[in-house]
Amino acid sequence: MIPIDLPTIWAFIIAFAVLAYVVMDGFDLGIGILFPAFEDRERDRAMNSIAPVWDGNETWLVLGGGGLMAAFPMAYGVIFSALYTPIVAMLLALIFRGVAFEFRWRKAEHRKYWDIAFTLGSVVAALAQGITLGGLLQGIAVNGRSYGGGWWDWLTPFSVAVGVALVCGYALLGATWLIMKSEGSLLDRCYPLAQRFAVATIAGMAIVSAWTPFLANDYYRRWFAWPQVLFTAQVPLLVAIASVGFFFALRHRRSYWPFLIALALFALGLIGLGISLYPYVVPRSITIWDAAAPTQSLVFMLVGAAIMVPIILAYTGYAYWVFRGKTADEGYH
Amino acid sequence: MFEAFDATLLARLQFAFTVSFHFIFPSFTIGLASYLAVLEALWLWTGRAVYLDLFKYWLKIFALVFGMGVVSGIVMSYQFGTNWSVFSDKAGSVIGPLMAYEVLTAFFLEAGFLGVMLFGMNRVGKGLHFTATLAVAVGTFISAFWILAANSWMQTPVGHAVAPNGQFVPVDWLTIIFNPSFPYRLVHTVLAAYLTTALAVGGVGAWHLLAGRKTEGTRVMFSMAMGMIAVTAPIQILAGDQHGLNTLEHQPAKVMAIEGHFQSHPDGAPLVLFGWPDMKDAKVLYEISVPKLSSLILKHSLDAPLKGLDTVARSDWPPVPVVFWSFRVMVGLGLLMLLLGLWSLLARVRHKLYDWPWLHRLALVMGPAGFVAVIAGWVTTEVGRQPYTVYGLLRTAQSVSPLQAPAVATSLLAFIAVYFIVFGAGILYVLHLMASPPQEAEPGPRPGPQRAAGITPAAAVASGERSTP
Repeated sequence: MIPIDLPTIWAFIIAFAVLAYVVMDGFDLGIGILFPAFEDRERDRAMNSIAPVWDGNETWLVLGGGGLMAAFPMAYGVIFSALYTPIVAMLLALIFRGVAFEFRWRKAEHRKYWDIAFTLGSVVAALAQGITLGGLLQGIAVNGRSYGGGWWDWLTPFSVAVGVALVCGYALLGATWLIMKSEGSLLDRCYPLAQRFAVATIAGMAIVSAWTPFLANDYYRRWFAWPQVLFTAQVPLLVAIASVGFFFALRHRRSYWPFLIALALFALGLIGLGISLYPYVVPRSITIWDAAAPTQSLVFMLVGAAIMVPIILAYTGYAYWVFRGKTADEGYH
Repeated sequence: MFEAFDATLLARLQFAFTVSFHFIFPSFTIGLASYLAVLEALWLWTGRAVYLDLFKYWLKIFALVFGMGVVSGIVMSYQFGTNWSVFSDKAGSVIGPLMAYEVLTAFFLEAGFLGVMLFGMNRVGKGLHFTATLAVAVGTFISAFWILAANSWMQTPVGHAVAPNGQFVPVDWLTIIFNPSFPYRLVHTVLAAYLTTALAVGGVGAWHLLAGRKTEGTRVMFSMAMGMIAVTAPIQILAGDQHGLNTLEHQPAKVMAIEGHFQSHPDGAPLVLFGWPDMKDAKVLYEISVPKLSSLILKHSLDAPLKGLDTVARSDWPPVPVVFWSFRVMVGLGLLMLLLGLWSLLARVRHKLYDWPWLHRLALVMGPAGFVAVIAGWVTTEVGRQPYTVYGLLRTAQSVSPLQAPAVATSLLAFIAVYFIVFGAGILYVLHLMASPPQEAEPGPRPGPQRAAGITPAAAVASGERSTP
């Protein structure tokens, strides 16, 4: 049974921030990944559909990182220095794609370069995030309270597989977001894109899920030991059901369902990740209790989070509501 | 040993480079967000179109600068873990929650309302739009509050205990947040942001006045900026003086380095104006100084004794030349800002504010001075904290991640290359926007997201076309 104590509550809060980040920045990174498939006016529309919200979406990444530092400082130090290269790559990539939102409108003759920066930045950021996740899942060498491994430990076929799967997953989120927000030629383009990337994402999830239990015995037991297999087996079952629902919704050209089901797939992926990891924050070496900050820190922040997170969700919801509905292009007033 | 030192130095260079670049953007957006709120308030209050034009003009620049601030800021929140993992492990339980509060109370607020502020004018109506602008402005201030509380705790750490495993354990949060240097640093930094913005706005106004574009928009922004500088520059000098006295009390070695006082002066210390501090021989070469003035400034008495770095162990000395010179750059620019403010007052009294080209030339040259002064001040306080990350308690050399020099060298080069390309382009775009004067019926940030008409009535109502029921 999961005990209810401060480190556990904080593990769930950070997991929530990670999920919020992954699905929200996921769809706007996904639009960057899909950018080469669009033509000029479609690009403008696709970008406009996320311009008012991308900044808020990315703030969840800061909350995830900052929250990890505050709640599990030792794990923050170990994980981030172990995964130095992919994290630095992600940060640099996020710079390129983040500035492209404003820069591409400033000079017409530079636009094509910033569009390339937007796409490359989005692909590299997604890939690096997946590699970071894979690098964490496959285990990190710990020496005392610090990282004890080498500089290329993170680079394995497994971590790259997770990276590629995440790129596909974000592209799926982006395509389904645009199905919800676009009209005309852009909408027509997004249905087949969503179809293709859904196949790739589900295949990626299947490969990573099948691979993970064999990384270490511990994962295998977590997933297949009796009787919790009765619980863990629900996750792949729900993924299968969601997948069928997704293709059904796509075939009937539904607007909202494809995006919502894609969100559900990501949530299931995160639950699966939780099953593999909990209560470790660094697999098989650091538990959330080992890494937890002192009680005073956790309580102080919990007060802030309990008050602020609902308020944040409310005004974030408001900001999305203001820009609800289909996004038309600039010529359309 | 040499390896370890090298990686530490590289990690420090990387942090210094990324934080200095980052700091340029918020020091502009803190002031600009408030300026935009004032402009929008004036527009709502007076109904004069010039305020709306100026609002839209600076909003475009704000959008660019804010975007660069966001992406360069994310780097900072991750770099503590990648490069300073031991610091994060030890101090994370104190610093981390302060930064978490910054994210929860400031970043989300800014990000949540930025979209409405940039693109929502025709969607939400004037009142709500103004609320969004205010929320962004307040958010930038709250952000400064928390990050400066964290930074000030590293300068003057109180309110904590040290656990057996070396971690700092928070004991009293109010003491930690309102640590001794925090109020001074907060006032000094926020005023610096306002001054920086006023100088930039004034520089743009001066540029157009010099080019003969004396439109109403140009005149209003030049006048507002000069007024702000005339008021803020003297207050800032007073605030800086108080901040210095606070530093003397809590971080005397930093002040010794600033003053270039290698020796103690039992009966009145001279004010070293210029010179080259030589750490090896512990003396200032080519010194030009005014006798006893330093004691007068710091102790308000000509003959008051002042201790020098000879009372501090060499291993605790900050890099003296850096601190010495960065301080002089900051103070020199501060005095020039005061001069500009006073001169503009004179011009205003004589009704010549838009007619004195030499005033405009000085204002133009001083346009970027705020940024330089902010970075110089930041270098003074941060390098002056060395060789510690948490002053007196945790050494920089013991804070760094177990990194290998080549890994850090590579990432440092990558950061330098990317920052110069990306932010170089961004600054060019900002200058490009500044090069044309504010127009009547200034367009908004850009063809923003419009929703297809007719789905909901909100847009139509806001744009004045009331749908008949």
